[in-house]
Amino acid sequence: MNQKKERLRKLWVSLLGVCVLGLAVYAADSLGWIDNYIRGIFIQCCFAIIMVTSLNLVMGYLGQIALGHAGFMAVGAYTSALVTKAIGLGIKAGAILPMSNVMQFFIGLLCGAVAAALFGLVVGIPALRLRGDYLAIITLGFGEIIRVIIQNLAFAGGKGLANGQAGQALVGILKMNDIYVIFGVTAVCVAIMLAFVRSKFGRAIIAIREDDIASSSAGLNITFYKVLTFTVSAFFAGIAGAIYAHRGLGTLQHSDFTFLKSTEYVIMVVLGGMGSMTGSVVAAIILSVIPEALRAFSQYRMLIYSVILVLMMIFRPIGLFGNYEFSLYELLRGKLTGKPPRSGRSAAKGGA
Amino acid sequence: MDGLTLFIQQIINGLRVGSVYALIALGYTMVYGIIRLINFAHGDFIMVGAYALFFTVPLMIAAGMPAWMAVFVAIIVCAITGVLVEKLAYRPVRAKGTNMSALITAIAMSLFLENLAQTLFGASPKQVKTIFDLPMIFGFSGNTFLTIAIGVVVMVGHSLFVKYTKAGQAMRAVSEDKSASKLMGINVNGIIALTFAIGSGLAAIASLMYVAQYNQVTNMMGSMLGLKAFVAAVLGGIGIIPGAMLGGLVIGIVESLSKAYIAPLTGGLITSAFSDAIVFSILIVVLLVKPAGIMGKNIGEKV
Repeated sequence: MNQKKERLRKLWVSLLGVCVLGLAVYAADSLGWIDNYIRGIFIQCCFAIIMVTSLNLVMGYLGQIALGHAGFMAVGAYTSALVTKAIGLGIKAGAILPMSNVMQFFIGLLCGAVAAALFGLVVGIPALRLRGDYLAIITLGFGEIIRVIIQNLAFAGGKGLANGQAGQALVGILKMNDIYVIFGVTAVCVAIMLAFVRSKFGRAIIAIREDDIASSSAGLNITFYKVLTFTVSAFFAGIAGAIYAHRGLGTLQHSDFTFLKSTEYVIMVVLGGMGSMTGSVVAAIILSVIPEALRAFSQYRMLIYSVILVLMMIFRPIGLFGNYEFSLYELLRGKLTGKPPRSGRSAAKGGA
Repeated sequence: MDGLTLFIQQIINGLRVGSVYALIALGYTMVYGIIRLINFAHGDFIMVGAYALFFTVPLMIAAGMPAWMAVFVAIIVCAITGVLVEKLAYRPVRAKGTNMSALITAIAMSLFLENLAQTLFGASPKQVKTIFDLPMIFGFSGNTFLTIAIGVVVMVGHSLFVKYTKAGQAMRAVSEDKSASKLMGINVNGIIALTFAIGSGLAAIASLMYVAQYNQVTNMMGSMLGLKAFVAAVLGGIGIIPGAMLGGLVIGIVESLSKAYIAPLTGGLITSAFSDAIVFSILIVVLLVKPAGIMGKNIGEKV
């Protein structure tokens, strides 16, 4: 089959998958199934998906552990919250033309993502000279530093901006809990990250993971690709942070972004499978929903996670999905034409 | 109080905190030296030791024995915990996994211990009875000097053990070359277990020193303490035993001095609330400038 044609078809099928998912959300909404509680869980799933897939870029594709991902999330969250706050104040004072909440949210989201990416760049350039254990530790260090700094910034606490107070929770943040907007953002983010790992850059990164010395002698600029991945990963963590900040509670605390938060996302990546985007999405959804579904269980949540994690490392170190990607296209193709589905990395993915 | 007294006071406080860090850092460094693993759960061994103290100190007092004797129980509990963690989690993963899965296992074990303690004992801090009741000496509590003294004695004892005993020599041999020491008839797995037992025992002593000062136990107490001790181990050169001691003392002094002087020096821009960030900045600078640490040697990578 013509390759270009097939690629186009894959794209259509994937888009179709996303639309079906969107319709499912719409149907659930119009049936009145989505109350505020479900909405909260839905949004939680969405930012978890973005966090886990973006962390998977570093852990699964670059093959390095980063233990400071919550730090980038914090940068995105605080930047976007302060930007939307500033816009809100500006509109009130008449300095800025009035605009819809969604517009304000998107401006905040972009600012948050760019700020997080800048932090990713600044952290990545020195940190990525190291690898393995040392990289894990240095990212942990940077994550904690970011959190301590935020904790001590006057404008990032209390009512924020001019009349802020250090060490307090930031309050009065714009509420943006429209599930369609959040769903759309999540789908776009996952699609971009998938495109990234399938691109020339993604192939280079995987080559570096497999053997950095060989790739370097094949002419790949290792530092460039490592820092690029790290920055892209931080960018999306910033978007996840922006969604988190506007999730409808209106408050933001520096203690939301501790080392523990980072490890929680590391657990999700590992369980889903390092190097599988679909695995990350599934793990993020399951591990966000289970504690909500089983309230009694939530007390033992981390205890059980840690046991599962150890068992996983002993019996299946590559995670549930390994590097398998689920693909709607391949599934349909198998069903319709009777051809056996091709597994592995070449498969495309439908839906988000 | 004049400036010099304040300064000396800060140095002595730093030495006190530093000797706790040094003992914990020793545990990190021994384990790293022998199996090249950052044992994230090591900080939580301190928590285990502290809970052991919390439960045995009243028993000791009831039995009419000095309260500090409880530390022997804590050492045994910690050593057993350490060896169990090694046998049940690290060894099977090491047998087939990569470096990355070993590190993830270590993080998982740390989470496991923290959450197990929370499930068993609750999240609220527990008050430990006073262990040492010492008079003030030169305006410092006797605890401070005792802590420093215990730290020095344990460190010296540990160095002598590693240097001169048969088990200590075997330990150094295994960290140098695992397969060669196996050929020389050393029980490698036994030595690794022994390393964990000793490292955890040191953590129990550190927990005695910590609890004697702060009288408090929580399930998360080991997390930050462990991280800072790890910074100390990296600062001194991870895998190098004297390096860990030096690193621990340096981190302790830097922390105590930065708490006292950073605000006036920077005109209030950076306050003492940043002290954790300062410790981590030291780590970052060390890793970037001299990744092998103060006492480490740079070893080129084989292609």
